[in-house]
Amino acid sequence: MSLLANTGVLLGKELKTEFRSRELLTTTVVFIIIVLVLFSFTFDPLSDEARRFGSGLLWLAFLFAASLMLQPCFLREQANDTLSALRLSVSDPFAIFLAKLAANTLFLMITELLLLPVFAVMYSVPVLGVLHWLTLVFFLGSLGVSTAGTALSSISAQARMRELLLPLLLLPMLTPILIASTEVTAALLDRSPYVLWKGIGFLVAFDIVFLTALWLFGEYLLEE
Amino acid sequence: MWKRAIFAAIVVSLMGAAAYASFFIAPTERTMGTLQRIFYFHAAAAWAGMTAFSISFLANLLYVWRRQPRWDSLGVSSAEVGLAFITTVLITGPIWAKPAWGIYWTWDARLTSTFVLWLLYISYLLLRTLIEEPDRRALLSALFGIFSFLDVPLVFGSIRWWRTQHPAPVIMGDGSSGLDPTMKATFFFSVLAMHVLMAFLIIERNRLEKLRFEVDVIRHELEVA
Amino acid sequence: MTPRVASPAGIRFENVEKRYAGLYALRRVSLEVAPGECVVLAGRNGSGKTTLLRIAARLVRPSGGNVSYSGESGGEKASDRVRPGFVAHATMVYDELTAEENLLLFARLQGVERPEERVAALLAEVSLTERSKSLVRTFSRGMRQRVAIARALLTAPSAMLLDEPATGLDSQGISWLAGTLRGMRDAGCTLLMSLHGESEISALATRGIRLDAGTVVGDTNAGADMSAVLAGAGE
Repeated sequence: MSLLANTGVLLGKELKTEFRSRELLTTTVVFIIIVLVLFSFTFDPLSDEARRFGSGLLWLAFLFAASLMLQPCFLREQANDTLSALRLSVSDPFAIFLAKLAANTLFLMITELLLLPVFAVMYSVPVLGVLHWLTLVFFLGSLGVSTAGTALSSISAQARMRELLLPLLLLPMLTPILIASTEVTAALLDRSPYVLWKGIGFLVAFDIVFLTALWLFGEYLLEE
Repeated sequence: MWKRAIFAAIVVSLMGAAAYASFFIAPTERTMGTLQRIFYFHAAAAWAGMTAFSISFLANLLYVWRRQPRWDSLGVSSAEVGLAFITTVLITGPIWAKPAWGIYWTWDARLTSTFVLWLLYISYLLLRTLIEEPDRRALLSALFGIFSFLDVPLVFGSIRWWRTQHPAPVIMGDGSSGLDPTMKATFFFSVLAMHVLMAFLIIERNRLEKLRFEVDVIRHELEVA
Repeated sequence: MTPRVASPAGIRFENVEKRYAGLYALRRVSLEVAPGECVVLAGRNGSGKTTLLRIAARLVRPSGGNVSYSGESGGEKASDRVRPGFVAHATMVYDELTAEENLLLFARLQGVERPEERVAALLAEVSLTERSKSLVRTFSRGMRQRVAIARALLTAPSAMLLDEPATGLDSQGISWLAGTLRGMRDAGCTLLMSLHGESEISALATRGIRLDAGTVVGDTNAGADMSAVLAGAGE
C-alpha cells in the first residue's frame, strides 16, 4: 500500500474518530474564546492599537490552544497500544505522521475559521475583504504548528509530566510561526491591507523544514 | 591524570591572558570607555556557546545514526556547556547595556533569538530529566535537539525580519564591525581562549557522564544478581 | 474453516540481544522455529518472552543479532518481508470505533484484497457478526480478544506471534482460543506463543522453550520434558 493511500485511510480514521465525539474541536474553540475575552480585559479592544495587538493575541491564543489540542494525538494511541498495530500495518511509518498532522491542521483551521467572526466582532476588524488571504495564512500557520506539534507530541507522550511538557517543548519552537503569522495577519487587517509576501515565505520555509525533518526522522520517533 | 591537569593549566593561562589583554592591551574604546571591555568576554562567550550547540547537533545526528552511548554523552555535555555560556551572555549583556545605553534589555534580533535558543536548550535538558529509560532518553532528546537546531535559523531570520518591520533603536552595534586592529586581535584571542575553555568543560562533563553511565550499569547488575 | 496457509514461514533468531542500559533483557538468543511448528514460550515474568516476541514482530529493534523469516528474499523493502500476525496483551484496536470499522481500517492499511468481504468472513469466524457495528468500548475482555485475533488474521499470515493471549479470558474464552489456534496450527501456520503454565492452549504445542533471564534454559527439541519446560522445575 502506498504512502498516500495509507495516509488517506488513516486520515479517514482520525477524522471519523474526532467528528464522532467532537471533543477536541469543542474544547479548543471554547478555550480560544476564553483566551480572547480575557485578553480583551488587558487593553482597550476598540482602540487603534487593538488592530496591531489583536493579531498577535489571536495567534497566541491559537498556539496555546494547539499545544493543548495536540496532547491526545499520540496519547490516545497508547491506551490499547494501537500505535503498535499501526506500525505493523503501514508500509511507511511516515504515513502515521502525515495523517495525524493533516488531521490536526484541519482541526486547527476549523477552529480558526470559526473564531474569525468572533474575533472580528470583538476587536472590530474588517475581515471579509481579505478572507481568502487570511485562509492562506491560517493554512500555512496551522500546517507549521501541526507538523512541529505532531512530532513533539510523539516525544512528550513518552515522557513524564506530558501535559506540561508539550507546551514547553512546542511554544519556543513555534516562535517563527507566531511572528510571521502575526505580521501577515496584522498587515491584512490593517486600514489599508496588503499581503506581506516575505512573511508568507517564512511560513512556507518553516513548513518545508519541519515536514522534511519529520519525514527523515519520523520512524525513530515511533521506535520502542 | 597529568594530561587533565596540564590541560586545566593551559585553560587557566589562556583565560588569564585573554583577560589581561582585554583590560590592559586593548585600547580604550572611544564612546563607552572601560565598560566596553566586557565585550571581549561577552561576544567570545556567545561564539563559544554557538560552537557548543553545533557540536551538540552533530552528536545528536551521530547518535540517531549509530546509537552509541558516547554520542548521547557528548550531546548532553556540549548542550549543557553551551547553555552555561549562553546564560553568561544573557547576563553580561544587560550588565553592559544598562550603563551604556540606559536600558537592560532590548528585543533586537540577536538578543531575542539567543533567548529563544536558550529556552529550547533548557527544554532539551528538562526533557532528559523526564525520561527514565536511558536509550529512550538518548534517542528522543537527540531528535528534539535536531529539531531545535533546525529551528534556530528560522527563529533568527523571522525575528530579524520582524525587527525591520518595527525598527527599534539599534543599540548593540555589532561589536566586531570596524574594529581597531589591536581590538580585533584581542577579540579573536578571547574567542580562542573561550573555545579552549569550552572544550575543556565539555571533555570534563563528558567524563562525568560516562562515569554515571558505568555506575548505572553496575547498579543494575547488582540489582539483578 | 481456515484455508491452508500457502507457505508457512520459519522464524530464525540469530544471537538476538536486547540491552536496556546495562540490563540484558535478552542475551544472545539463537533459535530456529521450523515452518508450521507450534511453539510455546514459557518463563517467569521478566524472562524476556515479550521482548523476544516484539523483536520477532519487528516492533522492537534488537541491540544485537537479527531475526529473519524463511521465505524472505532478504531484501530491505517492506514488501519482501514476511509480516507475522501479532496478538499482545493489549488489544491493539480502537475503543472508539466499531469492530467492523477497526478491521476495515487495518485491512485497508495492509492492502488486503476485497477488504469488506474478508472482514465479514473473519467476523463470522470469531462469532462477532451480530456485534460488528458496536463500538469495541462496549465489548467484554473475551470479545475484545476475538477482535484482536481477527485483526491479526486479516492478511492470513504464515506466522503468528502471541504474547500471553489467554490473559483475562474465562474458561469459555480459553476453550474458544484453543480451538482457534488449533485450526491455525492444522492449517499450517507457524505459531510462537508465550504462556504461563499448562493449559488447554499449551497442549496444542509441538515444542516448548523456556527462557530465564534472557537466555534459553530448556527446549523440548533438545530433549527437555514439556512439563518441566512449562513449569520451570528447579527454579
